[in-house]
Amino acid sequence: MPRLLLFIPLALFSILILFLWKGLSIDPRELPSALIDKPFPAFKVEALLSPERKLTTADIVGKPVLINVWATWCPSCRQEHEQLLRIAQENKIAIIGLNYKDDRTAATKWLTQLGNPYQFNIYDESGMLGLDLGVYGAPETYLLDAQGIIRHRHVGVVTEQTWQELQAIIKSWEKL
Amino acid sequence: MLKLLMIMAVLSFNSVHAAIDTYEFKDADKQARFHELTADLRCPKCQNQNLADSNSEIAQDLRQKVYEMLDADQSDSDIVDFMVARYGEFVLYEPRFSLQNSILWLGPFALLIVGLFVVLFLVRSRSKNSKIDSAEVELDTQQQKRLKQVLNKGKK
Repeated sequence: MPRLLLFIPLALFSILILFLWKGLSIDPRELPSALIDKPFPAFKVEALLSPERKLTTADIVGKPVLINVWATWCPSCRQEHEQLLRIAQENKIAIIGLNYKDDRTAATKWLTQLGNPYQFNIYDESGMLGLDLGVYGAPETYLLDAQGIIRHRHVGVVTEQTWQELQAIIKSWEKL
Repeated sequence: MLKLLMIMAVLSFNSVHAAIDTYEFKDADKQARFHELTADLRCPKCQNQNLADSNSEIAQDLRQKVYEMLDADQSDSDIVDFMVARYGEFVLYEPRFSLQNSILWLGPFALLIVGLFVVLFLVRSRSKNSKIDSAEVELDTQQQKRLKQVLNKGKK
């Protein structure tokens, strides 16, 4: 028995190593969304390109969609724009833009110059819908199912790899 | 030159002024609660700053929201719940007790109790050992005589 006790420090050390090892692959900047598996917050906000049109939750439910939070002041949004255009071209899922705390003229210019991957854009000038959604920095991308429930949040640039991950989630729904 | 300096002074004053948002409170109590809440809520973007210290866009928005909610006579717990519902427990500098983080709350006390038991165990086993030692030292009369003889021999 006393001989076994001598192994206690080794065991404790191994546990510590395990935790540290796990810690290497955790990004502390990536926060879990508080709204996962919760419905997209209710809203009534103008559309970016047609201000007279009021968008509501009814416009985003019915089929799975990607909600992409972007702004012209956000360099990473420029970086992911090509990828968004590619996703839009594949036509597997609709992308809806959430133009976050932006200037309407600048945003409109951005879309005409760089191409428009969005079905439509919610013009969240005050950032209050973003606040309800728990947005803490653009770009962020949310995957909603057909019922408008938030299933996944991606913080940062959408890359080809992100798109593969998102597709895997969508595919897992189809199997059900 | 003097003119230029004056212009620069005015400009720099403006930029400093712009960084501080001013809120008008109805009473001193609300002001105190505002400072308390923004000190205890964490900025989701900058992570190691509270809302009061951070200058990021989101912190400004959240401060504004805290102000509006205070102005609308909502309670502190309403405001904190509002933030947690959107940004998760992460925004709390003083996390709530839950099953998930119970190990962090109770862990130190558990370790303290374990430590106390270890100390108790060690003290007990040591005092038991010392009793055995003193019992062994007790000699009968014959042995004591012999001991004296040996000691006396050594003196010679």
